[in-house]
Amino acid sequence: MANEYVKKVAEEKYKYGFTTNVYTEIIDKGLNEDIVRLISQKKGEPEWMLDFRLKAYRFWQEQKQPTWAHLRMPEIDYQAISYYADPTAKKADEGKKEIDPELMKTFDKLGIPLEERMALSGVAVDAVMDSVSIKTTFKERLSEKGIIFCSISEAINQYPELVRQYLGSVVPYRDNYFAALNSAVFSDGSFVYIPKNTRCPMELSTYFRINARNTGQFERTLIVCEAGGYVSYLEGCTAPMRDENQLHAAIVEIVVMDDAEVKYSTVQNWYPGDSEGRGGVLNLVTKRGHLRGANSKLSWTQVETGSAITWKYPSCILSGDGSQAEFYSVAVTNHHQQADTGTKMIHLGRNTRSTIISKGISAGQSENSYRGLVRVGKDADGARNYSSCDSLLLGNRCGAHTFPYQDVQNATAIIEHEATTSKISEDQLLYCNQRGISTEEAVGLIVNGYAKDVINKLPMEFAVEATKLLSVSLEGSVG
Amino acid sequence: MKTSELQYIELFRQCRQMLDAGSTPVLNALRDEAMAAFERLGLPTRKVERYKYTDVPAAFAPDYGLNLQRKDIPANVQDNFRCDVPNLSTHLIYSINDVPQPSPAAASTFNTFDETSGGIFIGSLAEASRQRSELVALYYGRLTDLQDNALAALNTAFCQDGIFVYVPRNQRLQQPLQLINLLRSSVDMMVNRRLLIVLEEGAEATLLLCDHAMDTVSFLTTQVIEVHCADNAHLNLYEVEETHTKCHRFSNVFIQAGRDCTVTHNNLTIFNGLTRNTTDVVIAGENTEVTLNGCVVADKNQHVDNNTLIDHRVPNCRSHELYKYVADDAATGAFAGRILVRQDAQKTDSKMTNANLCASTEAHVYSQPMLEIYADDVKCSHGSTVGVLDTQQLFYMQQRGIPTEEARMLLKFAFVGQVIDEITLQPLRERLHYIVEKRFRGELSKCTGCALCK
Repeated sequence: MANEYVKKVAEEKYKYGFTTNVYTEIIDKGLNEDIVRLISQKKGEPEWMLDFRLKAYRFWQEQKQPTWAHLRMPEIDYQAISYYADPTAKKADEGKKEIDPELMKTFDKLGIPLEERMALSGVAVDAVMDSVSIKTTFKERLSEKGIIFCSISEAINQYPELVRQYLGSVVPYRDNYFAALNSAVFSDGSFVYIPKNTRCPMELSTYFRINARNTGQFERTLIVCEAGGYVSYLEGCTAPMRDENQLHAAIVEIVVMDDAEVKYSTVQNWYPGDSEGRGGVLNLVTKRGHLRGANSKLSWTQVETGSAITWKYPSCILSGDGSQAEFYSVAVTNHHQQADTGTKMIHLGRNTRSTIISKGISAGQSENSYRGLVRVGKDADGARNYSSCDSLLLGNRCGAHTFPYQDVQNATAIIEHEATTSKISEDQLLYCNQRGISTEEAVGLIVNGYAKDVINKLPMEFAVEATKLLSVSLEGSVG
Repeated sequence: MKTSELQYIELFRQCRQMLDAGSTPVLNALRDEAMAAFERLGLPTRKVERYKYTDVPAAFAPDYGLNLQRKDIPANVQDNFRCDVPNLSTHLIYSINDVPQPSPAAASTFNTFDETSGGIFIGSLAEASRQRSELVALYYGRLTDLQDNALAALNTAFCQDGIFVYVPRNQRLQQPLQLINLLRSSVDMMVNRRLLIVLEEGAEATLLLCDHAMDTVSFLTTQVIEVHCADNAHLNLYEVEETHTKCHRFSNVFIQAGRDCTVTHNNLTIFNGLTRNTTDVVIAGENTEVTLNGCVVADKNQHVDNNTLIDHRVPNCRSHELYKYVADDAATGAFAGRILVRQDAQKTDSKMTNANLCASTEAHVYSQPMLEIYADDVKCSHGSTVGVLDTQQLFYMQQRGIPTEEARMLLKFAFVGQVIDEITLQPLRERLHYIVEKRFRGELSKCTGCALCK
C-alpha cells in the first residue's frame, strides 16, 4: 500500500521550473584567459582582482576533477558553457537602465518581492539572476548601522580594502578544483560586513536564480562579522527545468571574530532533473567558515532538496578558543538524484565545541551519502564533538551511505559519532491510519518529525517553506 | 614505478625458477597472474582510500632477505618457546617463518588426510597440494582479490608454502588448532605466509594464530588467509600478535561464508611495530552470523591499522563488529570499517562499534566507520567514539584509596576487557586478561615466551 503511494508521490512536478523571457546578454561559450579577462572587464574590476582570477584560472588548468565522491558524475564539458549571462543588459537602442518588469515579476512569482514596501518585514534581499545581482533591498536602512550588504561586484569597487583582505582567505583558490574554477570566473553573489558590536536588525538573504540556457552560475559570497556582531543569513535558489545539466559552482566564505555569531541557512531547491534523471543542476559548492575569534559561533543549517548532483561540505575551522560550530542538515534525494554532502569540523583552538546533526532521506533510485570529517589538532585541548547521522530509506532501489572520518591528535578530546539507518515501518503508518490520518499525510508527518531537529534551527519563514518542500520532494517515495 | 616495487619485480624475474622449485604446481600456477597484477597496481600509497592511514611503500622500501631456497633455519622451538596460553589444550603446530612444523603431539597426523578422523588435514599447503592437487587447486587463491589488492598479489607471487586446514563435511576439530607463527632470522627478513582454511558443510573448527618474533632483526610479513565456509559451517578464528617494534605485518584475511554459518574473527594486537590488517568478509548465504572483534594496545611508535569490509550480499544475515583501541605515547591507531548491504539484502541486522582511548597528545587516532546501504528493510547502525578516561570514575576510585595510576590502569584494562570477554575459549580469555594487564603495567616490553625475554 505504502509502495503505491510512494510511486504516486514521486511524480510530483518541480514548481519553480518556468523560464523568464528577458533579453540576456550572454558571452561566447568556452573558457580561456580572454574569457576571464572579459568577465573582469564587464564588471569593471580593478587590476588586483583580475590577477586573482588569472592565478586561479592557471591553477585550475593544472588540476583534475576530483572523483572521490560517491557520485556518478556526467562528464562536464567546461568549454560548452557560457560563463557570463547578464539579464539586466539592454539592447543598444534602449535607453536608461532600469530593472525590467519581467525580472520583478519573476522574483514575485518565486515569492521574493523586490519592492521594499511589499517585502516581508525584517528580511533584506539580494536577488541574483544568472551572473548579475538584480537588486539589493534595504541597503540604506542597513547602512545607517554601518552594515554593508551589497553584491560582491559592487563591494569589489566600493570597499576594495575589505574585500581584498578577506576574499580567498577562508577558501583559497588552490583549495580544490571547483574552488579554483569559481575563483577564476565568479560573477555575482553577496557581500556582508557587520561592524563591531552590531546586531544586524533584520535577516539578510540572497536569492539565486539560474535562468539563461547553457550557462553556469558561479556565485561568490563573503560574510565578515566583526567582534561582537551578529547576523542571520539565508540563501535560497531555484532554476528552470531543462534537459541538460547546468553547472553551479559557488564559494561561500565566512569570517567570524571574537564573540561574534553568524547563522547561515540554506534551502537549496535547484532543479533536480526529471523522474528519469534527465537534466538538473550540478551543485558543486565549497562553503567554509573560519571562527577566528575567541568564543565565536557559527551555524550552518541546510535543507537540500534539489539538484541532480550535490557535492557540498559546509565546513568550520575552529581556531578561536572556546568557539562553537554547528551543522544541521536535511538532505532529500528522490528519483535519480545523488547527494554527497556533509561537513568538516577542524578543531584548532582550545575548548572548542562542534555539533553535527545530519538527516538523509533517500527515495526512488537516488543515492544519498553523508561524508564528514572531525579533526582535532594537537593543541585543541578540551575539544568536544558530537555527530549524529541518520538515514531514512524510502523504497528498495535507493542507497543511503555514511562515510565519517575522525582524526584525533589530542588526549583531552571527546568525539562521538553515531549513525542509524531505518525506514518508515508499516507499524508507524498503520498507527496513523488507525487514527484517521491518510497514508500520504502520515508519511509527511513522519518525515517532518524525523527532520524536526534541523527544521527547528531554521528561521521562521524558511522553516515553513522547508516543511512544505520536504513533503513535496518526497511525494511518491515511501516503501 | 618506485624502487619499493621494483626490487620485488626484479627479484621475481631473477628467482622465478627458484620460487617454482621450492613449491608445487598448484601454487606456481597463480604466480604470473599475481605478479602481473602487482606490476599494474604497484604498492598502494596513502592516496588509495583504503590505505590512507598507513604508508605501505615506506615499509616495503628496505632491502629484506627472502628464504627462497628454503634453507633450514635452525629453531628448536620446543626448547626455546614457551606457549603464552599454558592451560589451553590444543593441537599445536608451528610455522617457522613460512615453514610448517608439528609439535611432537601433533606429529602423528601432520601432513596426512587423517582417515581416522574423517579425512581432516592439518599441515603443509605444499604437501597437501602434492597429495591432492585437485582439492587444493579448487580453493587456493579463489578468494584472493588479485586484481585489486596489490599486497595479496605480492604474497601470491612469492608464497612457496603455508598451512592448509581442511575439515570435511560434518567433521569437527576435536581440539582448538593453535598455530604459532615464529619469525626467526639473523638478517632482516621478508616472510610471505599463507593459510588456507576449508570447512565443508557442517564442519566446525576453532583456530588460534599467535605471532611471535624470536630475533630482534627487522621483519616484513605479508600474510594471506583464505577461509571458505560452506553451508552450516562454524568457525572461530583468533589472531594474537605479540611481536616487537621492528616487525611490519601486512595481513589480508578473506572470508566467504555460505548459509547458516557462524563465523567469528578476533584480532588482537598486543605488541607490534607496524601492523595493517585487512579483513574482508563476504556473506553469500542466508541466515549467517558474522562477528568481527578486535582490540589494540599500542604505545611507543607503534602503528596499527585495521580495515574491515562486511559485504552483505543476501537477505536475513547478521553482523556485529567491535574494535577497541588504546593509543599511548606516539602510537597511531586507525580503524576503517565498511558495512556494505547490497540491493535486496533485506532484513540485514548490522552493528559496528569502534571505541578509542587517546591517552597522550602525541598519539593519533583515526576512526572511519562507514555504512553503504542499498536495501531499505534493514537495521544498521554504527557508533564511534574517541575519548579520555572518565574523570568521575577516576575520582570514585581515588576516594576509595586506589592510587591514580592504578585507577587509570584499571579503567584502561576494563575498556579493552570488553573485547576479551567476548572470547569463548576460556583459557585464552583468562590468559589474555593477564597479558593485557601486564602490558598496561609496562611489564611486557617484548613478547613473553620468546627466546629474548628469558
